[in-house]
Amino acid sequence: MKILVLLKQVFDTEAVIKIADGKISGDGITQIINPYDEFAVEEALKIAEATKGEVTIVSVGADVEQTVRQALAMGATNGYVVEDAAMTDVDEYSIATILSKAIGAMQYDLILAGWRAIDDGSAQVASRVAQALNIPLVNLAIKLDVADGKATAVTEIDGGTATIEVPLPAVVTCQKGLNEPRYPSMKGIMQAKKKKIEKVGLGALGLDASAVAAKAKTLNIYLPQTRAAGKVITDEPAVAAKEVAKLLREEAKVI
Amino acid sequence: MAKGIWVFAEQRDGKIKKVTYELLSAGRGLADNLGEELCAVLFGKDVAGAAAALGEYGADKVFVADNEKLAEYTNDAYVNTLFDLAKANEPNAILFGYTASGRDLGASIAQRLETGMFSDCVSVKVDGGQLVFDRPLYAGKAFVSASCPEARPVVAAMRPNVLAINEPQAGKQAEVVNVEVSGDIRQVIKEVAMAISSRPELTEASIIVSAGRGVKAPENMKLIEEFADSIGAAVGCSRAVVDAGWYPQAQQVGQTGKTVAANLYIACGISGAIQHLAGMSSSKCIVAINKDPEANIFKVADYGIVGDLFEVVPILKEELKKLLA
Ligand SMILES: Cc1cc2nc3c(=O)[nH]c(=O)nc-3n(C[C@H](O)[C@H](O)[C@H](O)COP(=O)(O)OP(=O)(O)OC[C@H]3O[C@@H](n4cnc5c(N)ncnc54)[C@H](O)[C@@H]3O)c2cc1C
Repeated sequence: MKILVLLKQVFDTEAVIKIADGKISGDGITQIINPYDEFAVEEALKIAEATKGEVTIVSVGADVEQTVRQALAMGATNGYVVEDAAMTDVDEYSIATILSKAIGAMQYDLILAGWRAIDDGSAQVASRVAQALNIPLVNLAIKLDVADGKATAVTEIDGGTATIEVPLPAVVTCQKGLNEPRYPSMKGIMQAKKKKIEKVGLGALGLDASAVAAKAKTLNIYLPQTRAAGKVITDEPAVAAKEVAKLLREEAKVI
Repeated sequence: MAKGIWVFAEQRDGKIKKVTYELLSAGRGLADNLGEELCAVLFGKDVAGAAAALGEYGADKVFVADNEKLAEYTNDAYVNTLFDLAKANEPNAILFGYTASGRDLGASIAQRLETGMFSDCVSVKVDGGQLVFDRPLYAGKAFVSASCPEARPVVAAMRPNVLAINEPQAGKQAEVVNVEVSGDIRQVIKEVAMAISSRPELTEASIIVSAGRGVKAPENMKLIEEFADSIGAAVGCSRAVVDAGWYPQAQQVGQTGKTVAANLYIACGISGAIQHLAGMSSSKCIVAINKDPEANIFKVADYGIVGDLFEVVPILKEELKKLLA
């Protein structure tokens, strides 16, 4: 089975965000695989192992090879990266349009992705790719079985779970709980160095900057007001609890 | 020209979700400001009866698709039906709740309509004739204001619990327009299992009692649950608690868990790691109980109690119960 994994490179979760020239500054920040995409890589590897299949990591962006290579070190077969200097003004529409154009020319049975990226939290790209490719979508899988040309997923819905079956090919997004991503082994890391990452520009996909121009426009990026530290009460438990209860009613007015 | 602010009215078993009323309340203000109508879009089976409430909460018009095929949410049935409806009516904006199905439907319809979408928005306003949305980046470590100047409709998913709900106007009626269901459905729903809990959902709860590794053992989650139940709260937890297997993943709050915006968030035995804060700092009032006076959580807490949660929680529970009685 041929599985594609949509992978996004994001800032480490510990990153302290700074703004320079109206943009988020990436200076000195460690880049990682979006944690939800790691679940997608792991699931793809498990399915590929069971079906003697292969896993292609597909990513869009500049300087993403190191994280794509991490996924290769976990065991993915090869990588495919779309990178183009003309891609400056992009949004979820742009990325999904690029990905679906690239994927449209590939062979695949299943597309896996994290359900959202922890940087922009937008949870759109995978759903949009399913639309653009006109293949079924299943979001938020916490369990996935693939057999007989079908994918059956237990998914998280608000307040419970739903078990959904779709014909392949399909897009399935992965939620925490689906699996435990493996760490790359030493052997995996060595092998990954030799694996192929194909790099293409927009032109190779028959696209140009105007075809993928963002629909959404950023007006302003800002840091939130820091929460002022409040009252810390160090009295003994009974006194402190009474005091806080009183403050919640009289000062904060939330009880 | 595109006209009309649309609100996707999310429901389960015919019961409208609270976020829908939040969207209608915000949508009413936007529609009035732009001189447009406010429409609710209600999909499901046996849901027509819920249309009246949507009118009382501000909708001028309710598009109702009441059909067996919409009984459970499927991406295909909902996207196809909404797509045809939007194509025929050309709304200016479609607002969803940032919920499991709101996100799924919002992103899909946005791509189908070749337009922009803003997710997890915490505010929306009209500026220069455009809707301008504010939303967090890096789980709240930064924010962005953005608009979609040309493509229509602009699609947005608003975070539950941050927009105020207007008083409903009893008896205010909306025009009801019936809608046909279109297209094939490729998703087969095999089973739906709702968690049996009398507690509110995390993302909708106005009070959350949340537990960290400080609870020390799975059996102590009972203490947290009893506290929550006595004040009508939801139960949340840190990732440490999930990783230890003490509480379900679905209840994790944080950058890789749920983002919540409670009125009152009570953190019990949680250190306040940056990934946890990212998920809960937009709560209105934060109370932290931690025995370490240096714990990071005290930097964001409105009220901090330095002490052993096993001593503090039972007393705080009784005090709050008294106030709520
Ligand atoms: C990629 C990534 C994603 C992550 N995502 C999340 C996320 O979404 N959500 C999340 O929560 N974390 C997340 N984390 C983990 C995060 O970094 C912390 O490890 C975690 O939040 C710690 O949980 P904790 O505060 O419960 O535990 P600890 O850090 O162990 O803190 C326990 C606290 O309890 C206090 N305590 C102990 N006993 C008592 C007592 N009897 N009474 C009162 N206080 C007591 C201690 O003083 C301490 O402050 C993520 C980490 C990574 C790397």
